[in-house]
Amino acid sequence: MRDVAVLGVGMTKFGELWDRSFREIGIEAGLQALVDAKLSSGDLGALYLGNMASGSLIDQEHIGPLILDYAGLGARHLPAVRVEGGGASGSLALHQGYLAVASGLYDFVVVGGAEKLTDVPDATGNQITSSAADHEWEVVFGGTLPALWAMIARRHMHQYGTTREQLARVAVHAHEMGSKNPNAHYRNKVTLEQVIGAGPVAEPLGVFDCAPLSDGAAAVVLGPMELAHKYSERPVRIAASAVACDTMAVQHRRDVTTLDSTVLAARRAFEQAKRAPADVQVAEINDAYTISALLALEDLGFSEKGHAGPDFEAGRFARGGEVAVNMSGGLKAQGRPFGAVGVAQVVELVRQLRGEAKDRQVANPTLALAHDVGGTGATSVVTLLERAS
Amino acid sequence: MSIARFWRETPRRYNLGGSKCTMCGTVYFPPRAVCPTCAHHRESIGKMEPFQLSGDGEVFSYTTVHEPAEGFEMQVPYVLALVRTVEGPVLTGQVVDLAPEDVRIGLKVRATFRKLREEGKAGVIHYGYKFAPAEDLPNRPPGRPRGAVGAPAGSESDRAAA
Repeated sequence: MRDVAVLGVGMTKFGELWDRSFREIGIEAGLQALVDAKLSSGDLGALYLGNMASGSLIDQEHIGPLILDYAGLGARHLPAVRVEGGGASGSLALHQGYLAVASGLYDFVVVGGAEKLTDVPDATGNQITSSAADHEWEVVFGGTLPALWAMIARRHMHQYGTTREQLARVAVHAHEMGSKNPNAHYRNKVTLEQVIGAGPVAEPLGVFDCAPLSDGAAAVVLGPMELAHKYSERPVRIAASAVACDTMAVQHRRDVTTLDSTVLAARRAFEQAKRAPADVQVAEINDAYTISALLALEDLGFSEKGHAGPDFEAGRFARGGEVAVNMSGGLKAQGRPFGAVGVAQVVELVRQLRGEAKDRQVANPTLALAHDVGGTGATSVVTLLERAS
Repeated sequence: MSIARFWRETPRRYNLGGSKCTMCGTVYFPPRAVCPTCAHHRESIGKMEPFQLSGDGEVFSYTTVHEPAEGFEMQVPYVLALVRTVEGPVLTGQVVDLAPEDVRIGLKVRATFRKLREEGKAGVIHYGYKFAPAEDLPNRPPGRPRGAVGAPAGSESDRAAA
């Protein structure tokens, strides 16, 4: 296995992109990444595309060759593979691209993530994305993604004393950072009172505790580290890429307040990179629901179990804190185009490591962590990125 | 959802048919073909036997849902819970026959057979388990609720009712 580098990044604006089609946003992100990487199209070996639900959302499956074709690469007959893992589809695609380059099978690959969620009404979008939970034993009985996460939240509050205000702080922080991100779905700031006073979705979670349904696409170009400086002035090394899975349904978890998939993916990633949580300066974590972020901070090893709420309140995860979390605005404010999320996290972190994050820039980071979750935690992916010297 | 897709699950959804690993004794719902927790994972293949849950349990966590799942629009707001059964498995289901403010972690409940949802005016009507309080509440008398499913656990209230 050889070292793999991120050579180029690109992403579209996230949000309600009513004037743009799935294929338009998919190729925009991919071509941006290709140009950023100073790579010739002839160098590419394969395309990996993360997407959760194009068949249900836009009546289109078989989207690997579709994007390849409209990216102008159809005549090159490259292999194009779609990867699905609920909301973690994008970072699962990244894992596949990483393996392909690390193994030596391909030198250069494009990894994309794209989702078009606003071509269906909101209620339909919620229903389709709830298929990342266990349909037969959760959804049929009245479960939705926010309802399942709400039960995780209620139990976390019961066991550890996590408060409604601590949950709300996650959303306030996300919107604060989203206001500095021109690609973000939401650029407005919100107050603690607004978050707590918003209409209920599944108690204790309200409208502002839930990330939106967004359109969007993101892409990265990967290549072997030994060739990286030829194609990028500031290449970023993938120090680790790790995946772990857990039971499909929340009801079968060992501990409802812990995502074992995140614990295991993080442990594998830190072992692979021979690093520890304390070495990370900047992270993009799953905050699809405010409670998701608190669980992630604990399960990734940034907080003791049950302490993420107070730690968040104390500013440990703010810009300038011990670990700067979700400088992009996270899923909550940057947006949640399911299959694009994991790739967009890597785009943000590469920009942070290169020093290109402008108003959101963290001071001189060297190690970054991306954390992506599918459903209620049946899949977690953890990626560690390191500034190459 | 097709009729066959729902019909094939009726032994589980109507009557709480689970399974038990004969190697380690752990009970599962819904039933499993192989034991995920015991050290004999491979040896448990073909050694899982049917096991009937009693339907008795308590609320492990809950939420009041305002943005419903498809087909539940008429029931909003409804209480959804993780119910830990006395046999061990945790089930996801609605808690009914109580005011949302009366639900709490630890509330004793019992499975009851109810209509879950219907697919429009001409579609399939889905039935299955929900949970009702099995202890005194301010607004509801105790006892085994109408339509209780699962094997009677022989609790005090059952004997009193008999």
